[in-house]
Amino acid sequence: MLWETIRLAFIAIVRNKLRSFLTVLGVVIGVAAVIAMVTVGQGSSAQVSANVASLGTNVLILRPGKRMMGPGTRDTSPAFTLRDVEALEELPVIRAVSPNTSASQTVVFGNANATTSITGTTAAYLTVANWVLAGGRAFTPAEERQGAAVCILGETVRQKLFGAADPLGQTVRIKSISCLVVGLLEAKGAGSFGQDQDDLVLMPIRTVQRRLVGNQDVSGMSVALQDGVSATRGIRDIGALLRERRRIGPADEENFSVTDMKEIASMLTSINTVLAGLLSSVAAVSLLVGGIGIMNIMLVSVTERTREIGIRLAVGATAGQVLTQFLVEAVVLSVLGGMIGIALGLALALVASRYMLIPFTPDPLVVLMAFGFSAVVGVIFGYFPARRAARLDPIEALRHQ
Amino acid sequence: MTEGPLIALEGIGRSYGAGEAEVRALERVDLTIRRGEFVAIMGPSGSGKSTAMNIIGCLDRPTSGRYLFEGTDVSGLDRDGRALLRRHFLGFVFQGFNLLPRTTALENVELPLIYKGLPRAERIEKAQRALARVGLAGREHHDPSQLSGGQQQRVAIARALAGEPAVILADEPTGNLDSQRSHEIMQLMQALNREGITIVMVTHEEDIAAYAGRLVVFTDGHLTRDEPVRARA
Repeated sequence: MLWETIRLAFIAIVRNKLRSFLTVLGVVIGVAAVIAMVTVGQGSSAQVSANVASLGTNVLILRPGKRMMGPGTRDTSPAFTLRDVEALEELPVIRAVSPNTSASQTVVFGNANATTSITGTTAAYLTVANWVLAGGRAFTPAEERQGAAVCILGETVRQKLFGAADPLGQTVRIKSISCLVVGLLEAKGAGSFGQDQDDLVLMPIRTVQRRLVGNQDVSGMSVALQDGVSATRGIRDIGALLRERRRIGPADEENFSVTDMKEIASMLTSINTVLAGLLSSVAAVSLLVGGIGIMNIMLVSVTERTREIGIRLAVGATAGQVLTQFLVEAVVLSVLGGMIGIALGLALALVASRYMLIPFTPDPLVVLMAFGFSAVVGVIFGYFPARRAARLDPIEALRHQ
Repeated sequence: MTEGPLIALEGIGRSYGAGEAEVRALERVDLTIRRGEFVAIMGPSGSGKSTAMNIIGCLDRPTSGRYLFEGTDVSGLDRDGRALLRRHFLGFVFQGFNLLPRTTALENVELPLIYKGLPRAERIEKAQRALARVGLAGREHHDPSQLSGGQQQRVAIARALAGEPAVILADEPTGNLDSQRSHEIMQLMQALNREGITIVMVTHEEDIAAYAGRLVVFTDGHLTRDEPVRARA
């Protein structure tokens, strides 16, 4: 009997294809939005966690400039210098320090060229930022001291310039420098903000300072702490040293910042969570609106099919059977809508993940919940019209034109 | 099965509204119908014949009196109780055919069998047999819109027959048909009655009533005439 009812519901729905589609559109959009939001949200959370893992343990980022700047305030804080780097290396809490200074430049090899970020740094950068060499070698201390014209290519740059060819030992041109490729980085994928982390070229920092930017500034440092040293202690010791070196009085505000990457990562995760929550509640509202749409059409349907209800009652359908029929119809409608919405939502999430370079991680539990929720919407909003149908008087219903 | 009458109305009254506004559609009606009879109910509009038909068909309930169906008092049955009675013992044929639109003849005839809870194969078999009985073999998969009025009414009769009811209640079955189709339908009804099916029919046409075996006339809510039909066509 229930199968029969479900079959009948399908027939009734298929009879009015366009109307059925428009009816469930609200549910489709609601469910698709929930699924897309949650899936993308989870993907980007997974991405953040992966990045935190790839950062290695205990990494602090140092930048010149005040922590909080109001709009319109100009930051006049001095940059770091290589002497700051040397001083930091002496701190017992620190395992490695890598300075960096970046410039955007076009790298040319033969007919191919790629505009990328040239990061001037030291061999320590590989350790601190958790890079693995896919081939070749890091800079030697001599190359670093002399500011030699050598470089290590990120995966994206390597692909753009060399494709299938072997870049090691080849010379690329950056501005006026002919630069020997000594190493290749292994791919890391997308970063927490969806940026391509592999779109870079590493050079010794002195080379960048002298030949690309023309000053002695170090625009930032990454610091790896010794194992067992807490981020709090690291921040305190580094802060004390830099305050002294930059001659900041005890009462004055610091003109540099020390940031724990883990802190940023957890902040990103919580932003993700809040955003996903907000968007999901918007989606929940659209599900509610979708439910009202279903109720509206079911009421119209009950009125339109009054005679049919009369016939069914005359041949012996009980009120409960008529109620079930219309309730099942509403539930089948909203579940169909839910299924279309799930498919659409997953497709949207897939496209968005590709575009944002984050992993596509559909969660079966979320899919199941969206499915269940759409069925519940059908039951709740289908009940009132179904009850109206069940309460019709057979004589009146049969007379209805 | 009792040997008593199939249907017995005892002092049936049906009124609408209350107090000053009370309208009495039926007053103290006594009517007994035996198994195998073919009864035509006539009367002008507002005479109470349709009300009586609705009460007999358990679509409506009397406000006074007793209705015995196969000896059992059914006047106190609730909605669902009456639905079950209709499902198992009654078949309906209406003036407007009342077939489900965009539903094949076979599916229309299957409808009461679905509510009887019969398995699909048995339903199809019974529905096909009923359609063959009314002369519509081969039209099982036609929509009502593809059938003529007379054919549609035959489908409706097949639907009433399919559930093997104790009685078929026909409310102006020829009201929407031309005279030739009307007579064909009545010949079919007569044939069914000769096979032993009890029929109660409301009509306002003398020549249609003439097909019945007994004529009952209502006037102003009272049963005023009850006599055998003399001239059978």
